[in-house]
Amino acid sequence: MMGLEIKDLYVEVEGKEILKGVSLSIAPGEVHALMGPNGSGKSTLANALLGHPRYKITKGAIFLDGEDITSMAPDERARKGLFLSFQYPQEIPGVTVENFLRTAYNNLHGKIDVVKFNALLKERMSALHIDPAFSRRYLNEGFSGGEKKRMEVLQMTVLNPRFMVLDETDSGLDVDALKVVAQGISAMRDGTHATLIITHFNRILKLVEPDHVHIITAGRIVKSGGKELAHETEEKGYRE
Amino acid sequence: MALPILKELSIDRSRYDEANKHDPEFEAPPGVNESVVRIISESKREPDWMLRKRLEGLKLYEKAPLPSWGPSLESLDLDRIKYFIKPKAKESMSWDDLPEDMRRTYERIGIPEAEKKSLSGVGAQYDSEIVYHKLKEEWEALGVVFTNMDEAVHRYPELVKKYFMTQCVPINDHKFVMLHASVWSGGTFIYIPKGVKVRIPLQAYFRMNADRGGQFEHTLIIADEDSEVHYIEGCSAPAYESAALHAGCVEIFVHKGARVRYSSVENWSRNTYNLNTKRALVDEDGVIEWINGNLGSGCTMLYPCSVLRGPRARSDSLGIAFAAAGQNQDTGSKVIHAAPYTSSTIQAKSISKDGGISTYRGLVKVMPSAIGSKVSVNCDALLIDEHSVSNTYPTMKIESDKVDIAHEATVGRIGEDEIFYLMTRGLSEEQARQMVVAGFIEPIVKQLPLEYSVELNKLIELEMEGVG
Repeated sequence: MMGLEIKDLYVEVEGKEILKGVSLSIAPGEVHALMGPNGSGKSTLANALLGHPRYKITKGAIFLDGEDITSMAPDERARKGLFLSFQYPQEIPGVTVENFLRTAYNNLHGKIDVVKFNALLKERMSALHIDPAFSRRYLNEGFSGGEKKRMEVLQMTVLNPRFMVLDETDSGLDVDALKVVAQGISAMRDGTHATLIITHFNRILKLVEPDHVHIITAGRIVKSGGKELAHETEEKGYRE
Repeated sequence: MALPILKELSIDRSRYDEANKHDPEFEAPPGVNESVVRIISESKREPDWMLRKRLEGLKLYEKAPLPSWGPSLESLDLDRIKYFIKPKAKESMSWDDLPEDMRRTYERIGIPEAEKKSLSGVGAQYDSEIVYHKLKEEWEALGVVFTNMDEAVHRYPELVKKYFMTQCVPINDHKFVMLHASVWSGGTFIYIPKGVKVRIPLQAYFRMNADRGGQFEHTLIIADEDSEVHYIEGCSAPAYESAALHAGCVEIFVHKGARVRYSSVENWSRNTYNLNTKRALVDEDGVIEWINGNLGSGCTMLYPCSVLRGPRARSDSLGIAFAAAGQNQDTGSKVIHAAPYTSSTIQAKSISKDGGISTYRGLVKVMPSAIGSKVSVNCDALLIDEHSVSNTYPTMKIESDKVDIAHEATVGRIGEDEIFYLMTRGLSEEQARQMVVAGFIEPIVKQLPLEYSVELNKLIELEMEGVG
């Protein structure tokens, strides 16, 4: 199928099985939400999707537009169009946002003229209400939690991936920042992107309405439904 | 994630490692003794006072033990080193006068080109003696002296007697200074008159060509009151099997209100022991800036020292050391605060990879008289893989209580999570590592002046090739 497909995925972290058979299919243009309590395996799924070396896939497979990417290196997956907005983005001292993003862009889309790239970056920064001075700052170094999250969304909008996974991008954001981030995600809702929003809370889902909602507990998807499921879950908690 | 050996992080040494045919005018037999010292002195037609100084150095050297600390010097056979190799070329003011292979060596390194573009004067040493020296006329007209040290002995005996290995680096300082005093040859002598500010740097380039060679150049810089100068040194040698020795000595006098920036990039071949001594005496309101890049050598022991002896004197030191397989970079900075309201900053960064060892060994001493002084020491080490080693020995001797001391030391390893993060943005593993390394040294690189030595820029470029 087209889109992001996860088939019966089992993942181990340091010898401990965290995901126990997760399956999901996200077609281009769809936004899915994955909700679950702490320790249910949400972030494990995000890291395993991108190929973090500590997260071992013991069974199952991941497909992008029908291509099996399960054993690809993280950068190969990125070149296939997969992107993760990290829950805890890394700080890279001494490397400016601009330099980093241009290098990433060149790797993903082929070499771009510096002037053109800077124009693109400036435009995307302004759409996310990010101070232009941030392009000269070192990547995530000394950024507040909210600034880091916004930087993740900036990377996403600049790199324009086709398959997007957002891991708790809404946590740690105040109401205004959340709105800006939601606008950034919504702007990419043009029928071509497959999006998975991983979250604890319903509040971002009020701003970016998902087509499907899945509930994960203890490494398994226990319930799937429409956007009303997010509501229900918030009211009743995560018990089945 | 596997940790492949990073080819991109290794320096392409081919342009440095290639040796010319060994064809000296004259060389002393290996080993050091009174007859070798007399041969050197005689060949330079030195006055008696210099010969006596050499012989005194030799006597001290013969009795002094090897240092009992730091890297092992076991495979350095001091009796096999050739202490004096006179190149087959007379000092000239034109590159065209040099024998062709010699000239090509400097061209490959890029010296004549840099001279045209961005330097006020250039000296080039080949084995034991200077073969090229030239100062642009505008500076000569202002009374600036930039000449080779051998010649200075004849032309400026009063200045040399007063400043050469007396109060700054006395001949009894340590074993390799004693050796240096007895066999020194070549090097640079700079005198900047009162109030003259030399805006464009002077550069000297030291090249060792001979197998089992020893190079003992002496650099003496005297910056008179309120003057300014930036001096750059570059060094390299071809790769041989047996050990070579570099034991140079740099003495800098920063007089009242003067400002000296000394930059050096040492890129000796891996068979070289680089046991170098550099020191500055800084008077009232004077400023010394040290910029040191240590990328070559099998073993380096180098700790540039500033003695702040006048009120409000200042020392700023920036250092980058790079230790790859088989390299032991033992470097650091020393500052002696001997007057009130003096200040010093030390910033040192080291990178170790493929089993390389880098050590920061520093000393900051604040004497009781140095009230109101300020000290800031920052050393950061980055380990590229788990076989590499980093040590930090920052010693502080604070004998005054009215001082402001800041000290920070970090050791980082390139983390799996950092690499993963960058790779998810499409960077290859190698690109990701290079980016982290480039970022690590960025705070120092960005402080370097644009016209900074041809050397470091080229080397860093080679190391970091491919980083956007």
